[in-house]
Amino acid sequence: MAVMTNAPAHFPRIAACGDSALAVEFSDRIDEATSARVVAMAGRLAAAEVAGITEVVPTYRSLLVHYDPALVRGRDLTVQLMDMLECQADTESTARHIIVPVLYGGETGADLDALAALKEMTRNDLIAMHASARYRVYMIGFAPGFAYLGGLPERLHTPRLAVPRQRIEAGAIGIGGQQASINSVPGPSGWRFIARTPLKLFDPSRKEPFLLRAGDRVRFRAIEEAEAAHLDAAVARGEPVEEWATT
Amino acid sequence: MMTVQDLGRVGLSRFGVSGAGPMDPPSLRMANRLVGNAESDAGLEFAQVGGTFVVDAPVRFAVTGASVGMTIDGKPVHAWESHHLLPGQTLRIGAVVNAVWGYLAISGGIDTPPVLGARTTHLRTGLGGFDGRRLAAGDGLPLGASGHAPLLALRQPLARPRGPFRIVPGPQADHFDASAWKIFLEEPFRIATHRDRMAQMLDGPAISAFAGHDIISDGTVAGSIQVPSSGRPIVLMAERQTTGGYPKIATVASVDLPRMAQAMTGSFVHFRVITRDEAEDLLLDQSRVLASALSGLEEKDKTTETAETETTSGRSNT
Repeated sequence: MAVMTNAPAHFPRIAACGDSALAVEFSDRIDEATSARVVAMAGRLAAAEVAGITEVVPTYRSLLVHYDPALVRGRDLTVQLMDMLECQADTESTARHIIVPVLYGGETGADLDALAALKEMTRNDLIAMHASARYRVYMIGFAPGFAYLGGLPERLHTPRLAVPRQRIEAGAIGIGGQQASINSVPGPSGWRFIARTPLKLFDPSRKEPFLLRAGDRVRFRAIEEAEAAHLDAAVARGEPVEEWATT
Repeated sequence: MMTVQDLGRVGLSRFGVSGAGPMDPPSLRMANRLVGNAESDAGLEFAQVGGTFVVDAPVRFAVTGASVGMTIDGKPVHAWESHHLLPGQTLRIGAVVNAVWGYLAISGGIDTPPVLGARTTHLRTGLGGFDGRRLAAGDGLPLGASGHAPLLALRQPLARPRGPFRIVPGPQADHFDASAWKIFLEEPFRIATHRDRMAQMLDGPAISAFAGHDIISDGTVAGSIQVPSSGRPIVLMAERQTTGGYPKIATVASVDLPRMAQAMTGSFVHFRVITRDEAEDLLLDQSRVLASALSGLEEKDKTTETAETETTSGRSNT
């Protein structure tokens, strides 16, 4: 077998994922610069309409490129992508900024007080720290519309629970290790949850079923019960309540 | 275990939506063609046992995939060819015997509302198909409109690959050292009972990733072979998650993935490395062979109908 190499990997590199996909890997770290390159490459490929590419999937540090080998062979696509990587700058097109209203605590955010105690902070200080940070959508994955966010303040980094909970509601705002999340569908999770948003990240009946995409910038805005109830009702009526900002 | 499946929900992986679709796509495509449907129409996928079906309008149907015994009003009929089913008749599809997944196509296709562009059921997220769930006794399924078409039969069995399962190393092949690769390629692995539409676990010697069993989550494909810290490989199947955090030692060649899905629980598999070029060639060859089989279906005429009856009565005499 000649596949084993113990030499450190050089980035960017392109790895085969079978006969119909390859991964363009930009680094082996989670950071904003890497994510920016991934998102920029995804945008360039969409704009270039490279023959045979059927789908691209941006993730933290790599871009998965699906292709149809009847239209382009993997070795040829690898050469094309390497050329694109060398020739073009890694600048992202204008990012979208969204403000996500969140109700801290409550049933869905049941870990808020315990987390504040763990961090030796007051509940309000924790909320202020979480709500003042600037986040970036690194990846949509795991479940439809599920947003993995980077940008969580280091003091709020918290290991996952030893025993996952069976059901966490859609819209739950979570912390898992150094990552933050906005959950999109109900399901089990070992993350800690401190808040919920009335916004639906995934609604298959909506014209745009997915609220967020990789590269979006996110800020949270703390809301009270009354506004949450108002937004819940508006969302239930199918009214658009998202707040997009341009900067 | 029966679900509505079409060829899958494509193009939405970047939004976290699994492609889902059938575990054995060539069998669903063939079943559809046998009844005069488009290959992309929705049919029913089942494991263990088929079930009992009645219709309120005349239809053509065909069963493919695993071998099953089936009858119309008690009279045995063959798989891999289409038959009429009339109101008042009862179709019984028995237990799956030599494989795992069977397919039932009905003329007009299952006409449940498409969700995100497809009728495939993704059970984990309750998306698509019949209310996003597996079918239960008593469910009534809407059928699409269908015109007249001849009854068709596949005369040459669909060619299935044999021998070791072909894999293309990577994308995290270099997380595993020579001794891990030696075990992976030389030892047999057993198809574990822990299997579903999402993933196939393999029992066998543990495989250790010297670079660790956690990676920064990245994209997966159907056929990705993940190795978590237990050292037991997991092959991702049709209903896979779009991203995963375990190193992927290799990817099963697309041509061998339906065979993995259909491999009997407890059977042994070996892996053999091929190049990406070879895997692509195999896939293109298989596409041509399948296209030829799909377009070469024969019309069942009176002669074959008679032959079928004789065969049937011959069996009942022994």
